[in-house]
Amino acid sequence: MRCFVGIDLGSTTTKAVVIDENQNVLGRGITNSRSNYDTAAAIAKQEALVNGRFYLFRQALGNTGALNGALDAFLGQLERSFRFEQYLEQLADLESTCQRNVANARFGDAASSVSSALAEVFKRLSAESAALFAPGAKPKSDFFRDIAGSQYLATGEVVAKESGIRYDFLLNVFDRSIIEVENRVYGDSIRRHLLAALERTFLMMPDTAGRRDRVEAPIKGILDMPMEETYIVGTGYGRARLPFSKEHVRSEILCHGLGAHVMHPGTATVLDIGGQDTKAIQVDPNGIVESFQMNDRCAAGCGRYLGYIADEMNMGLHELGPMAMKSTKTIRINSTCTVFAGAELRDRLSLGDRREDIMAGLHRAIILRAMSILARSGGIRNEFTFTGGVAKNEAAVKALKDLVRENYGALTLNINPDSIYTGALGGATFAWRAVVEEGKTAEARS
Amino acid sequence: MNATAVLPQGAGKPQVQKEDAMWLQKEMINRNYHELATARERGHKVAATFVPGNLNELLMCFDFARSLPETNALQNGLRKKSGKFILDAERDGQSEDVCNYVKADLGMMLGGEIGPTGEALPKPDILLLSYTGCFTFMKWFELIRHKYGCESVMLHVPYQGEGKIAPNMRDYVVKQLKETVIPALERISGVAFDIDRLRQYMKESTKAEEDLVAVLQSAKHRPSPIDGYFGAVYYIGPIFTAFRGTPEATEFYRVLRQEIEQRVRDGKGPITPDGEMAEEKYRLVVEGPPNWTSFREFWKMFYDEGAVVVTSTYAKVGGVYDFGFRHDPDHPLESLAEYCLGCYTNLNLPSRIDMICRYIDEYQADGLLINSIKSCNSFSAGQLLVLREVEKRTGKPAAFIETDLVDPRYFSAANVRNRLESYLQMVKQKRAAALAAH
Repeated sequence: MRCFVGIDLGSTTTKAVVIDENQNVLGRGITNSRSNYDTAAAIAKQEALVNGRFYLFRQALGNTGALNGALDAFLGQLERSFRFEQYLEQLADLESTCQRNVANARFGDAASSVSSALAEVFKRLSAESAALFAPGAKPKSDFFRDIAGSQYLATGEVVAKESGIRYDFLLNVFDRSIIEVENRVYGDSIRRHLLAALERTFLMMPDTAGRRDRVEAPIKGILDMPMEETYIVGTGYGRARLPFSKEHVRSEILCHGLGAHVMHPGTATVLDIGGQDTKAIQVDPNGIVESFQMNDRCAAGCGRYLGYIADEMNMGLHELGPMAMKSTKTIRINSTCTVFAGAELRDRLSLGDRREDIMAGLHRAIILRAMSILARSGGIRNEFTFTGGVAKNEAAVKALKDLVRENYGALTLNINPDSIYTGALGGATFAWRAVVEEGKTAEARS
Repeated sequence: MNATAVLPQGAGKPQVQKEDAMWLQKEMINRNYHELATARERGHKVAATFVPGNLNELLMCFDFARSLPETNALQNGLRKKSGKFILDAERDGQSEDVCNYVKADLGMMLGGEIGPTGEALPKPDILLLSYTGCFTFMKWFELIRHKYGCESVMLHVPYQGEGKIAPNMRDYVVKQLKETVIPALERISGVAFDIDRLRQYMKESTKAEEDLVAVLQSAKHRPSPIDGYFGAVYYIGPIFTAFRGTPEATEFYRVLRQEIEQRVRDGKGPITPDGEMAEEKYRLVVEGPPNWTSFREFWKMFYDEGAVVVTSTYAKVGGVYDFGFRHDPDHPLESLAEYCLGCYTNLNLPSRIDMICRYIDEYQADGLLINSIKSCNSFSAGQLLVLREVEKRTGKPAAFIETDLVDPRYFSAANVRNRLESYLQMVKQKRAAALAAH
């Protein structure tokens, strides 16, 4: 089948969306940008295509009725099993890379004991891995670096102590090796992993094994069907790195404008808060950008602001919003400088203010800055669509709602659960338009 | 294996391409620095004055050598010398928020007043402040006066708050010229004022102005034979500085005009440092001064995308000639007054908006780009309002980028390019949508 792909290479994460000939979203994929846009783009696209296969599995299995009532559970298990297979392969790769790096490191006499300690660490990681992908388990992150990293750090510390070697040797090896591993794409393993995951799923859900033939046939049918990348459009900060010609590259302003329009056709104003910039975009009824403003010179008030605060507070990025929601008191925090906000935060803590209230103040500070960029772009018009990573943060959304109501009155505020994919969706729609409406064909980078 | 690549002999940086007139312009600017450096030995007094509203013809009547501090700063910016000067000035106590032209100039003084070409600049005998719309100018000369103990003379130029030059405004400036400025210049130079000499210089000015306007307006053609911002910077150099009123300037503009008119006949686009610009894809109007420290890199971002600036307000900063003003030998003092009053940054915001809207229409531009300068209030105050109003009136898209004049720390290439590309793609998309609607 013909597929149209949009890739958004952001500063923090890289996102991909695949749509079909009727502009249905087949799949979405995300990965960390890992300062290597080539890999990030390849992996995000691969993830989106895998996600697309799952969408097609669902469609096909839904049509046959083979799994009546058990479809969701089956596909959920299939996906977990698939992730597990992927994880095992990467873990094995990480182990052999670590061992190779120990051989090349200057650990002197300690080398062989580090090597044995590594073997022990990986033995324990493998033993623990099944639990990470068990039903009901909530992985802390979608990215191998984070999942394997947190396991490795915890287990490594214990093993280092037990075997009497220096923990920092293990850290050193990990840091070097993880970069190599996360820059491999494993594109050839997808089919194998899906088939292995299928077997695993039949084992885990014995009821379905009885219907094996009726389940297997449509899945294999879809696996055998090529998903042709008919046209790709790239956007985001890394777009110049994309391996295709300029024709395939659009600015993220255009992609966010169009993506927001596709998600919510009534959109007139878009606010996107990403890792390093805040964009206010005005679009016409066809999703065409009329004007835009971005933060200039300074990235205070962007997603990284929250990242910095999370680091300062020694918290996870996703924990900030929920904490701020528990606020009972208004605290004003300056919004002009990320680093100063960090200082202000510590000052507030020392004055005895509650963390919840300070967090709420920080979220409001971000949105205040966004309000000024929105004002610069011509204000907020109905409907108003909020996108980007920060749109997932409930405290930021609450602050935005309050400020919009105060300044512009009652408006429709759209926040799509998939808003992080807005730019990629816009890119995929541009790809679709290029082929279907403009009759273009893909061009290689010259 | 030997991994060292062997370069062919003589292979170095590719030669930068310029029009003949651009090379000539560079020679003239360098010559003026040499004249300044040797002014003392040739028995000339030295005047420092600013570009907007400069009274070059008048200063020539008293045989002053002319130094223009903003031009010195921008030349130092182009030659990558300003970064250090600014740091030196900051170490000397100037705040981060002070105009960077000022800091580059003060830094140059701290370093022994070695000018952009490497020759020492003389201490001025007089500071002639002939445009007071920029408050920073006043403080700048105050600092120089303090440093060198030289005399200053101020011509107060009323702001065009009502959007026009009223007769009493002109009379007020003429009165100051007669009663304050000319007597001071006579006294310091020891040369008596001769109004016929002024008329003679003005005759030259008028010819050069006529040719300059023809050159700048050649951009109304498609493709435009010039870049009305990056290229225009070379064109305006002589007439906005020490050369207006000289026969050399008249000759420069005559040659330049011929060259450009030939380009129009040949259907050629502008010359960029990388050669003739390929297809003209976008026609833009730019408001605000350029960035000097990354001037070529900045320009390249435009021509790489096929964007030509058809006209800019910056190319009018030393004289708005395209709506008819010329120096008038028959009314020399009155026309000097009108020249000072009519300088671009002395116009109120509605007049600036009118001017830009008119440019977008007359030059068939796709839209407006504002390069906002962090440290220049004369230009930057009100620019967002200008942007909004121009968008509303013309229906053409506008965009806003921010850089600095001569502080290399405030030019973020990745961000500027990102905004520019986004803007150009927006223009393209809007154009396609407009075509589809017809």
